[in-house]
Amino acid sequence: MPKDIHIKSVLIIGSGPIVIGQACEFDYSGSQASRSLREEGIKVFLINSNPATIMTDKMIADEIFLLPLTPESIETILSNHSIDAVLPTMGGQTALNLCKEVAELGIWDKYQVQLIGVDIKAIDLAENREQFRNLMIQLNIDVVQSKVANSVLEGKEIAQDIGYPLVIRPSFTLGGTGGGIVYNKHELDQALTNGLHASPIHEVLVEKALLGWKEFELELLRDKKNNIIVICTVENIDPMGIHTGDSITVAPAMTLPDTVYQRMRNMAKLMMQNLGNFVGGCNVQFALCPQTEQIIVVEINPRVSRSSALASKATGYPIAKIAAKLAIGFTLDELKNQITKTTSAYFEPALDYVIVKIPRWNFDKFKGANDTLGLQMKSVGEVMGIGCCFNEALQKACQSLENEAVGLGYYGKSLMKNAEIMDYLKLPKWDRIFRIKDALMQGATVNSIAQETKIDPWFLHQIKIMCQIETELSKHQLNNVPYELLLKAKKSGFSDRQISKIIKGNFSENDVRSKRKELGIDRIYRMVDSCSAEFKSETPYFYSSF
Amino acid sequence: MNSRDAILVLEDGNYFKGYGIGKFGTTIGELCFNTSLTGYQEIFSDPSYYGQLLVMNHIHIGNYGTVEADMQSAKLHINGLIVNYIEPKFSREKYLAQDIQNLLINNDIIGIQNIDTRSLVKHIREKGAMRGIISSDIVNFDELFLTLKNSPNTFNFPMDNYVSTSVKYELNPNGKFKIAVLDYGIKLAMLKHLENSDMNIHVFPSNTDFKEIMAIKPDGFFLSNGPGDPSVMTHAISTAKCIMHENLPTFGICLGHQLMALANGLKTFKMHHGHRGANHPVLNTQTGLCEITTQNHGFAVCLSDVDACNDLLLSHINLNDRSVEGLVYKNRPMFSVQFHPENAPGPHDSLYLFEQFKNLLIK
Repeated sequence: MPKDIHIKSVLIIGSGPIVIGQACEFDYSGSQASRSLREEGIKVFLINSNPATIMTDKMIADEIFLLPLTPESIETILSNHSIDAVLPTMGGQTALNLCKEVAELGIWDKYQVQLIGVDIKAIDLAENREQFRNLMIQLNIDVVQSKVANSVLEGKEIAQDIGYPLVIRPSFTLGGTGGGIVYNKHELDQALTNGLHASPIHEVLVEKALLGWKEFELELLRDKKNNIIVICTVENIDPMGIHTGDSITVAPAMTLPDTVYQRMRNMAKLMMQNLGNFVGGCNVQFALCPQTEQIIVVEINPRVSRSSALASKATGYPIAKIAAKLAIGFTLDELKNQITKTTSAYFEPALDYVIVKIPRWNFDKFKGANDTLGLQMKSVGEVMGIGCCFNEALQKACQSLENEAVGLGYYGKSLMKNAEIMDYLKLPKWDRIFRIKDALMQGATVNSIAQETKIDPWFLHQIKIMCQIETELSKHQLNNVPYELLLKAKKSGFSDRQISKIIKGNFSENDVRSKRKELGIDRIYRMVDSCSAEFKSETPYFYSSF
Repeated sequence: MNSRDAILVLEDGNYFKGYGIGKFGTTIGELCFNTSLTGYQEIFSDPSYYGQLLVMNHIHIGNYGTVEADMQSAKLHINGLIVNYIEPKFSREKYLAQDIQNLLINNDIIGIQNIDTRSLVKHIREKGAMRGIISSDIVNFDELFLTLKNSPNTFNFPMDNYVSTSVKYELNPNGKFKIAVLDYGIKLAMLKHLENSDMNIHVFPSNTDFKEIMAIKPDGFFLSNGPGDPSVMTHAISTAKCIMHENLPTFGICLGHQLMALANGLKTFKMHHGHRGANHPVLNTQTGLCEITTQNHGFAVCLSDVDACNDLLLSHINLNDRSVEGLVYKNRPMFSVQFHPENAPGPHDSLYLFEQFKNLLIK
């Protein structure tokens, strides 16, 4: 018997207002989950204080409560409606915190509401750095050297033990608020004060900074039988030290050998199995030392998160939808792949394209804000590009940023000299990727940039290939540009507008478009099918290429 | 990298234009595709790919270079390589790595890049496995098409001679359990896991006389993976019959699994386009649990034959197409799987099978 037949009605808790540190992911997961449960004949109630969301549209749930996310609101709903279960994993930390508060007040028990898809103990364990660390040591999984401090004095003592550079991470905050990297003892006091202040329980973790290590994420799903699958591997182009929400990321991972990847996969499985009894989505972050290939686990989030929304869009695998079904008792092998409709939901998506996510910052609206990127997430949203190669995906994402740049390039605007750029690159700013390209255009070597930024040279080589194409293009006029070159440029994601700016002479976007059409270079559309075209799929989700 | 025009011509007259990679020349083989996102070097050096023109679905191939430790045999076995982008610039610091282009050239592998693999894979998916010819020497369609038409189909005769060891050898002499390994094109990862399971391994060439195998007085047998159609391997099938007659612990993987099934009177068939990748979902019918497996096979055991057989248990089944993934021989200490528990590349979900084999030897 797959489904728990006792569950006839479910309450989904939304995430409330969308703040910096989120990217609307919970609206996406909440709506998906609601549809998924209704498909199974379950009556869905939804509470969210934010009316500016898709999930609060009338058609999403059976009943929607636009109420403050407080225990009082929950009690009001429960006393007036018959609700069998609550699914708190779709509303991020906000929903989980509310769920916990309500649990502590005994309200769930009073109304005999079952918590599904979540194990509060697992969440607490994952959030409590000290306990988490002890569990990892038990499991023989490497964690970074660290210790919890509850006062500035305590923090100073720990700092002395571990040595610099250090990371200060406040406990129980969203998007790394109040965290920071400390390079020397002069910066320590301020960082500890900020961190302790930001934490609701006045607690920070003082840990060794893994500067220069590469960062990877795995998005996984688990069912009640302990079947675990990896939906997506994500590689952060920006190394450790920059919040993953502020990092440019790539899926699938590009520079992971199978031996290293499988070690990560094994660790993720082991952690999930030992963390508790939750079912549904899970995200695990790892740091990898490029020289020794040592893997250190950074954190685990046993719930649907920002990265699960990205992984869903990247692979086509509807994580929240499946997670909701797992929460009401289905197992993965009982469900179908929603994309192919014929194969199993228990499988790991294979990609034959590349995804690049770039965060979108709004520093121009926050005059005076420190625009150096670090442990605290500062972006207000993100864009995603899908392409037939890394460069195409990167350019598409850049084109979607809606800033002054045209694709990956400013073309005449705010150019810096090479020496100036190399200095600028040392500190990660929002426009670093654009400056890297400028530096490569001006002849800086891949190695020197890799050294300054700790970005894996593979990505820099790819951008260099893009620069070579741009240099070639700039030598031609539109009437004599070779077919092969123009095709190569289009395959590398250069937009018609971008080409019109690069190419010699005065041409418009439309001129370039007519020229390439004349040469027979046309857009093609491919399906995001979760399986690299291995199976026939039916889904209205496509990306374009050339 | 020198760019040189190359062309891939298919048996049905379709063709794809690209650029030559690896060694320049002309090569013929049967087309297949692999959807793995990692582990290209392990795949290229897996002897089961003997005779195949391999299409890699993943877009960028070569990103983390190649290292000696990842080889699954002494050399690369694919007959040709078809990719979107080969990446000679790689990133790997820990080992003394070389670039993929070098590895291909040193192994005389002819390949083609800038191929729209999505279209090609869809074509194979719809039309089934077919033969093809890659050339970076001759870019004349008619000439290549004719060469392909006139070439013999290698899949009609046994291939084990090309990939099996020529002499027998021993590994881990201090291992507790003495097992005879039949090498039909074995991957090094299998030997590694047998060794880790405390086995004293005696590897025999595939054409070894059964009496010679028995001379070592083995505690058990292991039948390896390998390329080709198992049903034409008459010597191997008769050896498998003799082996199973001994009633000693026996474990077969991939081709070894098919040979054991054939020795028991079951039939195998050529699949439409096979299973190749590291994401194949398998249900263990005995535990009810699932495992993600590495697969690489173009032939399979007939499910209806298994159902008709009373002394066989279907221990593993493919969740996508319900094909036979594992068999347990009732009342006999023998089992086999179609997928690759030794992984390399791929998930480690099924490593417990080596433990299961060891437990049979302990009994």
